[in-house]
Parts: sequence; C-alpha cells; structure tokens
Amino acid sequence: MEWLELKPEGLFCAPGAFYIDPLQPVAHAVITHGHSDHARPGHDLVTATPETLAIMRLRMGEDRAGQSQQALGYGDVISIGEVRLWLAPAGHVLGSAQVVMEYRGQRAVVSGDYKRALDPTCEPFEVVPCDLFVTEATFGLPVFRLPDPAHEIAKLLHDVCLFPERTHVVGCYALGKCQRLIALLRDGGYHEPLWLHGALLPMCNLYESFGIPLGDLRSATAAEKGEMRGGIVLAPPSAIADRWARRLPDPVVCLASGWMHVRQRAKAHGVELPVVISDHADWDALLETCQATGAKEIWVTHGREDALIYALGKMQIRGRALRLLGYEEEDEQAEQGASA
Amino acid sequence: MIEFATLLERLAFTPSRNMKLALLKEYFSMAPDPDRGYALAAMAGSLSFAAAKPAMLRALAMERIDPELFTWSYDYVGDLAETVALIWRRETPDQDTPAAPGLAEVVHTLERLPKTDVPDVVREWLDACDASSRYALLKLITGSLRVGASARLAKTALAELASVAADDIEEVWHGLEAPYGPLFAWIEGKGPKPDAKDAPVFRPPMLAQPLENVDLTAFNPGEWRAEWKWDGIRVQLVSTPQGERVYTRTAEDIGKAFPDVLATMQDLGSRVVLDGELLVVQGGIVAPFAELQQRLNRKSPTASMLRDMPAGIRLYDILFEDGEDLRSLPFDIRRQRLESWFSRLNPPRMALSELIAFQNFDDLAKLRENARSEGIEGLMLKKADSPYVPGRPRGPWWKWKREPLTVDAIVMYAQRGHGKRSSFYSDYTFGLWRTVDGERELVPIGKAYSGFTDEELKFLDKWVRDHTTKRFGPVREVAHGLVLEIAFDAAQYSKRHKSGVALRFPRVARIRRDKPVEDADTLEAFIRAFL
Ligand SMILES: [Zn+2]
Ligand SMILES: [Zn+2]
Repeated sequence: MEWLELKPEGLFCAPGAFYIDPLQPVAHAVITHGHSDHARPGHDLVTATPETLAIMRLRMGEDRAGQSQQALGYGDVISIGEVRLWLAPAGHVLGSAQVVMEYRGQRAVVSGDYKRALDPTCEPFEVVPCDLFVTEATFGLPVFRLPDPAHEIAKLLHDVCLFPERTHVVGCYALGKCQRLIALLRDGGYHEPLWLHGALLPMCNLYESFGIPLGDLRSATAAEKGEMRGGIVLAPPSAIADRWARRLPDPVVCLASGWMHVRQRAKAHGVELPVVISDHADWDALLETCQATGAKEIWVTHGREDALIYALGKMQIRGRALRLLGYEEEDEQAEQGASA
Repeated sequence: MIEFATLLERLAFTPSRNMKLALLKEYFSMAPDPDRGYALAAMAGSLSFAAAKPAMLRALAMERIDPELFTWSYDYVGDLAETVALIWRRETPDQDTPAAPGLAEVVHTLERLPKTDVPDVVREWLDACDASSRYALLKLITGSLRVGASARLAKTALAELASVAADDIEEVWHGLEAPYGPLFAWIEGKGPKPDAKDAPVFRPPMLAQPLENVDLTAFNPGEWRAEWKWDGIRVQLVSTPQGERVYTRTAEDIGKAFPDVLATMQDLGSRVVLDGELLVVQGGIVAPFAELQQRLNRKSPTASMLRDMPAGIRLYDILFEDGEDLRSLPFDIRRQRLESWFSRLNPPRMALSELIAFQNFDDLAKLRENARSEGIEGLMLKKADSPYVPGRPRGPWWKWKREPLTVDAIVMYAQRGHGKRSSFYSDYTFGLWRTVDGERELVPIGKAYSGFTDEELKFLDKWVRDHTTKRFGPVREVAHGLVLEIAFDAAQYSKRHKSGVALRFPRVARIRRDKPVEDADTLEAFIRAFL
C-alpha cells in the first residue's frame, strides 16, 4: 500500500499529508490515544477523539497539546484531500481509537495499541474490515495467553481478605490501567475507599468527568498511615517499592501488568503479588484480530513482531515489521519503573 | 490441584515468613484429605517423581504448537515446564472444561501407571488445568517441584492450627508417612496423638543463649563445664530398631547427604539418640566450614567427596540409651553415660567434645581469644546440673563466641533488600584496596546485609542514592566514598571471588564516616592478618 509510508517522523499518509502518532512535531498529527509514546507534544494540528484531546491537555498542558485541535467522535467521517478518515474504538484506554483511512478503493486501519479483553472504562474494540491492518505486538508470543482479568481481581481481593492487617499497594500505569483496575475492583464487589498516589488522581478525575464512575477515591499522600491499613493503595509502578511506599503500613507489593504472566519477570521485580492485567492484546487476540479484519497485509509497529509475522505467514497473511522504536509500551515502562 | 497451585504461586512470591505461615494455615484448613497430606509431603521433600522427562513435555507441547513458536517462547521464558504450562491450549476450547485432577489423584495415578501411558494421561490433565495448575503439575511429575516453604514452616503452621508447639509435631512426624491422615486427624481433634514408639523420631534440641550482658563474676566456676563451640552444624543422631537418622536442629533429615555417618550408626547397632556437631574431619583435623558447606549443598555426595571430605561428629550429649530417656538427668551424669558409651563402642568418625579444664573465667576468656584454629567459634558454658530441656532456656547453657574479626572496607555496590526492606538499599558489596601494576584498585571481598540499626540503614540507603554512579537493574554502583567496619567470624580462601578470599558471617559493625577511603584496609594486609 504505497500511500502509507514509513518516515523518520512516523507513519505518514501521503495523499492526506498527515502522520499517525508521529514521534516528532509535525504539521498534522492524527493521534490514536493519550499514552505519551503515541501522543507527543508540539504538533500544529491534532486530530483525535475528544477524550484523547482532553487527556493530552491534562498531560502536557493546553499550549503543548497541539496549536489547534480537531475533535472527532467515533465513526464521524471527515475528508482530508482524497482521503476519507474516521476513528473506531480500540478498547485500549479511554478515547483510544483505530485510525481508518480510505483512498482510491483501498482501506487501511492503524490500530495504535488495542485489546479485546473486558474493560469497563472504555469502548470495546471494533473490528473494521480492511486491506491493510497495522497492529502492535507487545505480547506477540504464544506464552502470553493472559488470564481473565476478573480472575486476577478475585485473586487480589482474596489476598486482601487473608491479610487484613497489611496494605496492598498495586503498581499501575496512570492512564488506563489505574482506572480499569478501579472499575474492575468495583465490579468485583470492592466498594471500600481506594487510596491513590497523587500522580494518579488527576487522570481519575478526568475519567469521571467523561461519565465513568470510579467510586470513593482518596489521596494516599494526605491520609494518616493507620487509615490505609487493610486497604488497597494504587500508585505508579515506580513508587510501589520505593521511598514513597514507606508511608504505608506493612505493604504487600503488587504490580498490575501483562508481564507479570511470566514468573521470572515478576520475581525479578520483588513483586509479592503479580496481578496479570494488561491493556494490550494477548497472543490469541492478536491472531484473532488480524484474521478478523480480513486484511491481506499486516504491518507490525512494535513489540515481538518476529513470532507474530511467522504465525501470520502460516495463515497466508503477509506481515511486515516496521520496528517503530519510539513506541515503548507503557507496560514496559511500568516494569522498568518498578525496578529502578 | 488448583488450590495447591495457587498456594505454590503465592509462596514463591512472598518473602515474609508470617505471610507464608498464614497461607499455609489457610491451605491446610481448606484443602481436602488426602490432597493436603501430599502437599505437606511435597514441602517435606518426600514427594518425588520422575514420571516424565523434559523430552516428553516437549513432545506433548509440539502436538499443539509450531516448533518455531515454541522455541521462541522457550527462549523467552527460560523454563521448560513454565513454557509448556503457558503455551498449552486445549484442543477444543469451547467445550466445558473437565475437572482438574486433585493432587492425590495425580500422585496415586502416577504410582501405578505404566510408563507408556504417562503421555496420554498427562495430556488429559493439561487440558483440564489452568496455566498455574499446569505449571504445578509439570513441576511435580518431572521431579522438579520447589515449594517456597520449608518442612519446618509447614509443621509450624500445623502446630498453630492445632495450638500445640512445633516440637510436638516434630516428635510424631518421623513415624508418619504421606498423606499423614492420623496427623491431620489429631490436629483437628478427631483422633489421638500419633505414637512414635520405636520410630527414629526427632527430639527437640536444647539450645544455648548468647552470653551477653551477663555478669560472669557471679558464677561459681566449679558449677560450670566448658566445651569448644565447633563451627559445623548441630545434629542429632538417632538410632532405633526402625532405623537411623541424621537430623539438623530444625528437624531436617539430612541422612541422604551423609551416608558415611548413617553407615557408622548402622554398624554400631546401638539404640541411642546423640547430640553433636557435624564437621568435615580430614586426618583428625577439622576442615574449614566451606568444605562442610559443599557436602551440605549436595543431596547425595559423590564418591570423591566421601573420600576427600569425610564427615565427623563431635559428641556433646546423649539423650536416649536403649530406650531410656536420659534428658532429665543432670549434665554431669549424662556426660558420664556418654563417656562410658563412647569407651565401650569406640565409634569410628566420632570424638567426644573435650571438656576444658579451667580455674576461673579469666583463664577461660584467654583460652577463648587464643583459640583461632579452624572450626572453633568460641566456647560453650553448661551448668553441671542442667537437665536437657528442649528450646532455648535462659540460664543453664551459654554460648560464648569469641570476639569477631574486623576489617575496614569500602562500599562498592548496593542492592535492594527483600520484603520489608524492598524500598531500601540494604545489601552492600564491599571491597579492599589492591595494587596492580602500580595502580590502586578496589576488589570486592564480600556482601553484608545485617548488623546495622534502622537509623543506620536509613543513612546507608540515602548515602547510596546520593552517590550512585551506575545502575544495573536492582543494583547500584556507588562512588568510592564510604568505609564500613565489617565484622566476620572467619576468613577463607575462595575461588568464587575475584579477590580470592571469602568471609564467614560478614556484617556491618560500624559505619566509619570518620575514616578516609584511602585509609581502608588492603587485600595484602587482610591476607597477612587472617589467612
Ligand atoms: Zn498505549
Ligand atoms: Zn504503545
């Protein structure tokens, strides 16, 4: 598909003269979602869902989130030159979108990051049939068949019951993972106050302003130590095993990440309770999705593309590795944060 | 299987003893018989299988997955059983899952299953299990199951459930077998206490308190006996009509690792329970602890180890002789019984722990300081009339360790601790100066993670953070700017360390903020002084 090019700045749609999730400031950027490796500051025009634009303003400030912003609801079609463009839900975080482009009878879909598993805090992934599907491959190995998130939440809640004198501190990424964890905890029947590290609160407020109820959230930083005993505290991965966590009474260090699925990785980070919850598609979901789009060609932006491309080849689907180095998915950052 | 797998997973990740205890108690009170009995056996290390070889696991996995994808996955995960457990996918995922097998079902089935049928049964089980149960199952059937809880901890959990002392469990334990039905019945008040009778059971040992803040001048030397405190491991040798055992002081049966000691006891054929120190003795000389460590590290020793590192026992005490319980007799009487038993049988590999003659405690203190020979840690003081009381009573027995040796070393690396200390840099690698080609450089000689107060830990943690020069995962390299006075019990030559030396029990004695790093000790001076 010649009209979609890989440039040093990122994926470029030539007939529409815009980039998707560019790594450097550009004149026109279409942004899939608000994670910092996809939504970068300093573009002239930014097209994204209203949620993603709000997230960008919160994270980088009004002035750096694009000189002008074009809000596009899911399914609203616009034309940029000869290109017809719309956004479809990606199921990754609030506002996350796949970018659907049509040009001269061909359709390409850039998925950004996505998942197929349950997430009460965002619109579920929508399969859009296409000729070219651009996918991630964060968990592109068949060992990543991730468990049901409800099961992981039950495991965490059971542990909270079993050790009422200890405080469970769960490391989670500030955008998406945190709110999903909260919503899953609520769905799992946990309605106690949740104690939040200061870095997590603004994004939770933003989610609530978009009509996603998260229940009773309180600041862990302002709390008396004794108040949090027996409770659940959420904090960025970098804080759970560091000086910040010393304020917590007898903490049990937990980390919510897809990487926790592999024992060595969980052990290496001194995590006491791995919570295997990911906002990325697992192996089965990657293959199912690639197949469901009916695309003859799949491009892989980042992750473990070798195994995925190999497996697609066995299904007569042509795969190509883009190796976009700027996308280090947030789970990987979370992990590094926990070890630093 | 699911409950057991969940327990295994949780135990593997938590470093905290109290958490492990709580998890074990929950498991033992919830899991059904006989599953929990086999789980207990797994913790006691008496559940071993070799029903499946790695090649079989691999072959099973290949039925369900492309070899190329399997190889990538295995490279990533690094553990065969885990790779297979994670990668396994039911052939017909939409149908109802069959029930996962119980632990006992697995054990019973494998006991009588012909080898050729094993793959078919294992395949069925894998289909019925979730990933974490598959992992437990595969580890179990390949004989590589590691449980993150010792037998002692499991027994402590049982004791807490039954509101008895852990030692009460130990007294009956070695007369029982998996799946321990009578034990669980007793614990739950549904059956009598199991009778040990002639079984070679463990008898809880008597331990000494450290001699600290004790006024020796108030002691009458005539009422006390002194012995060397040997630097081996304390053991109990048990010989009964039903067999012989070598136990550690935490009731671990280490007989398999010391067949030489077991054979000696079998040859003697005397029904006794002896208390002593296990050492490696070469031509009558006690070898450094490192040699004993090598024997301890092996489940069963090689022929050359048995030849080059023969085990020896220094006998301290006798607890039973021909069924007679001697534990309530005074030390002096037991000592006479031990000596007469010893002179009657003249047992090979064994020696009596020498009683040291002394007039007063000053003499003894001098002896203690001068005794720097291999294998001696200090002195034991035992009251002449003391009965043998299980536990660590204060008063009758004292251990009087010699003053530790010390060296001034420089912090080179720091690593995060575990559990409660995971937010602190609490493990310190320290080194000494050495001169190579006219250049001075630091060479690491050991690692310490204890000896400091909470305040000192805070200081060290902050110092490490403020002076970090490089990071490697959980490890930080620090600027060479802080001297620690390291206390240790002995120094040895070691091939494992770049410096060629190793310390025994190194700990932080003091933080020497006053001392310039240039004045820290050199490796040459260290070797001259201690080796
Ligand atoms: Zn993302
Ligand atoms: Zn990403």
